[in-house]
Amino acid sequence: MSAPLLSVRGLRKHFPIRSGLLLRTHAWVRAVDDVSFSVAPEETLGVVGESGCGKSTLARLILRLLEPDAGAVTFLGEDLRSAGRARLKRLRRDMQLVFQDPHASLNPRMTIEDAVAFGLTVHGTARREARARAWRLLERVGLDPRLYGRRYPHELSGGQRQRVNIARALVLDPKLLVLDEPVSGLDKSVQAQVLNLLQELKAERALTCVFISHDLNVIEYVSGRVLVMYLGQVVETGSVDALAESPKHPYTQALFASAPTMDPSRRLERPPITGDPPNPVNPPSGCRFRTRCAYAMPRCAEAVPPPILLASDHAVACYLYDGEAALAPV
Amino acid sequence: MDARTLAPPIAAADIETVVGAPMSYWRTVAWRLRQDPTTIVAGVLLLLIALAAILAPLIAPHDPSAGSIRLRLAPLGTSSHPLGTDEQGRDMLTRLLWGGRMTLLAGLTPVLVGFLFGTVLGVLAGFVGGHTNTLIMRTMDVFYAFPAVLLAIAISGSLGPGLWNTLISLSIVFVPRVVRVAESATVQVKSLEFVAAARASGSGVWPIMRHHLLPNVLGPVLVFSSTQVSLSIILAAGLSFLGLGVTPPAAEWGLMLNTLRGSIYVNAWVPALPGVAIFLTSMAFNLLSDGLRDAMEIRM
Repeated sequence: MSAPLLSVRGLRKHFPIRSGLLLRTHAWVRAVDDVSFSVAPEETLGVVGESGCGKSTLARLILRLLEPDAGAVTFLGEDLRSAGRARLKRLRRDMQLVFQDPHASLNPRMTIEDAVAFGLTVHGTARREARARAWRLLERVGLDPRLYGRRYPHELSGGQRQRVNIARALVLDPKLLVLDEPVSGLDKSVQAQVLNLLQELKAERALTCVFISHDLNVIEYVSGRVLVMYLGQVVETGSVDALAESPKHPYTQALFASAPTMDPSRRLERPPITGDPPNPVNPPSGCRFRTRCAYAMPRCAEAVPPPILLASDHAVACYLYDGEAALAPV
Repeated sequence: MDARTLAPPIAAADIETVVGAPMSYWRTVAWRLRQDPTTIVAGVLLLLIALAAILAPLIAPHDPSAGSIRLRLAPLGTSSHPLGTDEQGRDMLTRLLWGGRMTLLAGLTPVLVGFLFGTVLGVLAGFVGGHTNTLIMRTMDVFYAFPAVLLAIAISGSLGPGLWNTLISLSIVFVPRVVRVAESATVQVKSLEFVAAARASGSGVWPIMRHHLLPNVLGPVLVFSSTQVSLSIILAAGLSFLGLGVTPPAAEWGLMLNTLRGSIYVNAWVPALPGVAIFLTSMAFNLLSDGLRDAMEIRM
């Protein structure tokens, strides 16, 4: 693996639950807890997990839309947390975000062309030039700018809005694109169109992507490597093939087993996992999955299992594989 | 599956006929207002009332403070006094025209002041959040502890009667109401993803305020403020009625209602006229703000 474009070390974000007149904190939501990974240039890392496992928080932490409580994000060899305001503004051109909700992610009082051009004008491009570049990008994502440029978001369908979001994210020519559930709000047929568009753009522009989704089919389609999150922690990482063929962590196994499939031989009699994840305000001690895990042992409650390297790019945080690490050294 | 299937190529010549020119937001608002006959009637009525008030010195047939002992409480339709005279023999038409100036001034100014200060404080509280929000909003809650009428009377009572004191006390009534609306709109808009997207583009606070926040916050605040005008007119007239507003001999609808109230058994029609004027004006403002609310609706 070449030098990573993005590297995340020990990232942590706990949200305070405040109430009362003096806004005293009486509990913390542990949204992201000690997450580490890195993304190589032009790679697509899929991040998968149930809703509420901290995926969206992770996306916002990577782009420093939220300040992390601990840990470091290194982008293009530079520590984002220590970047000053001007430096951060410059770095933001190289990392952009595509949002989930096609309704809330566009300003209802701004035309499509202005929404796409806004990022450029922020960085000092003249209006005329910004508009011309916005038009070219709208054309590229499949929206005729002469038809749609001066329309407002409410005049567009969900799929069209998501195309506008993609154009807006790409207008600054970023190197890294973080996609936070970019197709979850869309119909299946439109999902496919948008996913194909993303794949084309990624190849054209040599983009590096972090693709967040709860949908395993989507993740398998787009990503090379997958990171599985559970309650704010990484439970397994590995290539998409390794995870699909032999998932190691009990949670990953359950996740892949419960994904809808067209193959009757993979059909299940019983759901592999039941219930909801525990409340992130008060997560279980040790391994957070142990309360729903069929293989839970007493030691799972004692400490968080460290990631165990099973192959050069396959790591799992589970005590079941303790000792196997020696078989496959780093 | 071609990426362009959602937007098939259309010949340049077809574009105008297919879409026409999309309308800007304010043109859409104006167009929607024109489709609404109730709003047009209310708007025209208000325009006439405002014009009559502004032009009162030119069109009023008599001197508003010149009375005649012999012609007290003349009925409607008296020659040279079409709307009769009041208890001091002053021409009612003239006094209604002059009174409209005062009543409209006392009704509109506090709402305007409330709109300006309330928007600034509310957007500040909503945008900054945290302790700034707590400080501003809890201070506003103190004013909310009293009913609007009581608060206006209490402040006017301690400041003493007069036009300026009426304006001050009513402004204090309306600022907290606007702050609340502006704050909740700001908090709601601030959390939407397009604001986060603007931040991710590297935008600073001011461009976000100008292009993303204010255009989405000002609409609801403006609509809310317009609903408060009728209340403000009634409160201003009410303060004058109680002797806490405009001082005699100046003409003001509420004050006229007060001084004529004793004459209601002598001639019931003439004392009712200022009340009818207040009713028509405040209802027209209410209808106009209803129309404005519908026309300014932002589609997400």
